[in-house]
Amino acid sequence: MTEQKHSKPIKKTTRTLLVLVAAMFGFGFLLVPLYDVICDLAGINGKVKLVAYEDHTEEVVTDRTVNIQFISINNDGMPWGFKPNHASIKAHPGQAYDTTFHASNPANYKMTAQAIPSISPGYAARYFHKIECFCFNQQELEAGASEDMGLRFVVDKDIPEGIPTITVTYTLFDVTDNQKIASTN
Amino acid sequence: MSEHHGPAKGIKRWLFATNHKDIGTMYLWFSFAMFFVGGSFAMVIRAELFQPGLQLVDPQFFNQMTTMHGLVMVFGAVMPAFVGLANWLIPMMIGAPDMALPRMNNLSFWLLPVAVTMLISTFFMEGGAPAFGWTFYAPLSTTYAPPSTTFFIFGIHILGASSIMGSINILATVMNLRAPGMTYMKLPLFVWTWIITAFLLIAAMPVLAGAVTMMLMDIHFGTSFFSAAGGGDPVLFQHIFWFFGHPEVYIIILPAFGVISEIIPTFSRKPLFGYTSMVYATASIAFLSFIVWAHHMHTSGMPLAGELYFMYATMLIAVPTGVKVFNWIATMFGGALTFETPMLFSIATVFLFSMGGLTGLMLAIAPIDFAYQESYFVVAHFHYTMVAGAIFSMTAGIYYWMPKWTGKMYNETLGKAHFWIAFVGFNLTFFPQHFVGLAGMPRRIPDYALQFADFNMISSMGAFIYGGAQLFFLFIILHTIVKGKKNTDEKTWEGAHGLEWTIPSPAPFHTFTTPPTVK
Repeated sequence: MTEQKHSKPIKKTTRTLLVLVAAMFGFGFLLVPLYDVICDLAGINGKVKLVAYEDHTEEVVTDRTVNIQFISINNDGMPWGFKPNHASIKAHPGQAYDTTFHASNPANYKMTAQAIPSISPGYAARYFHKIECFCFNQQELEAGASEDMGLRFVVDKDIPEGIPTITVTYTLFDVTDNQKIASTN
Repeated sequence: MSEHHGPAKGIKRWLFATNHKDIGTMYLWFSFAMFFVGGSFAMVIRAELFQPGLQLVDPQFFNQMTTMHGLVMVFGAVMPAFVGLANWLIPMMIGAPDMALPRMNNLSFWLLPVAVTMLISTFFMEGGAPAFGWTFYAPLSTTYAPPSTTFFIFGIHILGASSIMGSINILATVMNLRAPGMTYMKLPLFVWTWIITAFLLIAAMPVLAGAVTMMLMDIHFGTSFFSAAGGGDPVLFQHIFWFFGHPEVYIIILPAFGVISEIIPTFSRKPLFGYTSMVYATASIAFLSFIVWAHHMHTSGMPLAGELYFMYATMLIAVPTGVKVFNWIATMFGGALTFETPMLFSIATVFLFSMGGLTGLMLAIAPIDFAYQESYFVVAHFHYTMVAGAIFSMTAGIYYWMPKWTGKMYNETLGKAHFWIAFVGFNLTFFPQHFVGLAGMPRRIPDYALQFADFNMISSMGAFIYGGAQLFFLFIILHTIVKGKKNTDEKTWEGAHGLEWTIPSPAPFHTFTTPPTVK
C-alpha cells in the first residue's frame, strides 16, 4: 500500500498523464484534416477542387500533345449507366476542349447523383483545369431518363515534359438521400 | 494495519489483487497462455504451408489465422508479458513498497481477459474472425470486413485502455516512489527502458484508439474517414495506423533491451558498459520512432521527397541501436563470462536481433523496398526482431528472475536444452523465409508456387520444433515450481547487482515497506 505522503504527487502525475492521453487521442483525429492539408500543399493525391478555372488565356502550345483519358466508375449501389462518350482526347496545352459523359437512370424513381473527379498521376492534378464540369453540380435524372453531361477543360501550358498522359476518373455517387449513402458505407 | 497481512485466500486473492507481485504473476501467466493461443495459430499457418496447395484449412480461415496470430501475439502475449515483468520488478528495483496505483493496476490486468475473450469470440461469429491482417488496412477492415469487426474494434479499445493504465501506473511509480538516493541516473536500465516505453504507449495507443474509432464510425455511422467514395482516403488509414504502429514495435522491443541490459552485466561480472549512453540511445530510438512511420508505406504512392525523408530517417535509427549493441558487446568484452541459460538467451537476443536490424535497414531503402514489400522477407525480418528480440529476452528474464520469484532454482541442464532447441527451431523457421521472400513469395497466402516448396517445408519443421520448445519451457517452469532446488540465496547469481537481489528469496509478499537507502 502506498504511504499517505506520496498520494498527492501521485495524483498530480496521474492527472498530467491522463491529459496527455486525451491530447494524443485528439491528435489522432487531427491527423485527418492535417493529411488533407499536407496533400493539398504538396499537390499529391489527385484530389481536384470542384471550382471552375478562370485564368484561361488564348495561348496554345501546338507542338505538344497530352493524351487525356477518361474513366467512369459507379460507386457501390449506384445503378446509373455512366460512361464517357470519348475514351481519350489528344490535347494541346492551352487549348480548351469539350467532351461529354453519358448518364442514364434505369431506376423507376427520380435520382440525384454527384460525380467526384480524381486525376492520376496525382501530381498532374494541378495541370488539368476544368472550365465547366458536370461535377460542379449535382445531377438529377427522372426515372428512365438519360442525358449527356458536359465537361470543358484545358491542360495547363506549363505542364512538365514528363507527363505524356493524364487519366481523369469520375466516380458517380447516389446522393438522392444521404440516409442511403450511410447504409452503403 | 492492512499493510502487513498476508495474501487473501482462494480466488479473492487474484480477483481483488492489489499486490504488485500477484498482479505481475497474473500478467505473466496470462501472457504465457496467450503465447500458446497465438502460437497454435502459427502452427496452423505453418502446417498449411508445409506443402504447396490447399490441404488443411480454407483460405478464408487461413487469413483469420494470420490476423489473429499477429493480434494475439502483439497485444495478448508480448505487451502484457513485459507489463507483468514491470509489475514484478520495478517496485523491487527502485525500493518501492508497491505500485503507485494498486487498484488501477488490478483493473488494467482484468481488462485483458475481457478484451481477449472478445477478440477470440469472433471465431464463432457469422462471417468468422477478422481476416484482414493484424494491420487491418481500410477498406478491407471497413467496407469488406466481416460483421465481427465491431467486436475486434472494442477488443482493441479495451486492450489499449489496459496498456495506457499500465503505463500511467509505471510512470507514477517511478516518478514518485523511488527510494531515497535512487536518482534517475542510478535507475536500473530495465526501469529506464520502461519509463520510455510507457511514454511511447501513452503517445501511441490513443492514436490507435482514434483509428479504430474512425473505423467504427465508417462502418456504423455513415462517416467516410477511409472511404474514397465519400471523400475520405484509405491511405490516410495507413498513415494513422503506422503513426501508432511504428512506436508500437519499440514498445515491444525497448523493455526487452532493458532485460538483457540487466542480464549481460550479471554473467559478465562487469558493470554495464556505457550506462548513460544506453539511456540516451533508448530515448533517441523512442523519439525517432515517431517520425519514421511511412517507411511501412513506401509503395503507397508517396512523393519522392517523402520516400527519401522516411528512408534516411529510418536508417538513422541504426545509430542509437548500434550504440546499444556495441555497449552490450563491450560489457561482455574482457568479462568473466559464464553461460547460464539467461545469458545464452541474452546473447542470442543480441545476435539475432542485430540480424533483424540489418534486414530492417535493407527494407528501409525505398527503391529496394518496392521489391521486398509484402514478401516473406518482411516476415523473416520482423520475426527476427520480435521473436528473437522480445520473446528470447523475455525467456531470458524469466530464467533470470524466477529463482527470486519462486525461491526455486530451475534445472540448468533442462534450461540449456531448452535454449538450444529454441535457437535451432527459431532459425530453421525464419532463416529460410529470407530466401523465399527474396525469391518473390508473398506473405499472407495459404498456397504458393512450387519453387518455394523445399524452404517452406524446412520452415514448417523449424516452427514445430520451436513450438515444441515452448511446451518444454512450460514444463521447465512447472518443474521448477514443484520440484526445483530451493534457492534461499538473496543474491542468487554471483554477479547480480540491484535492489531486487537484496531481499530474501522467494521474494516476500511485501517488500521495502520501509524504503532502503541507496548510496
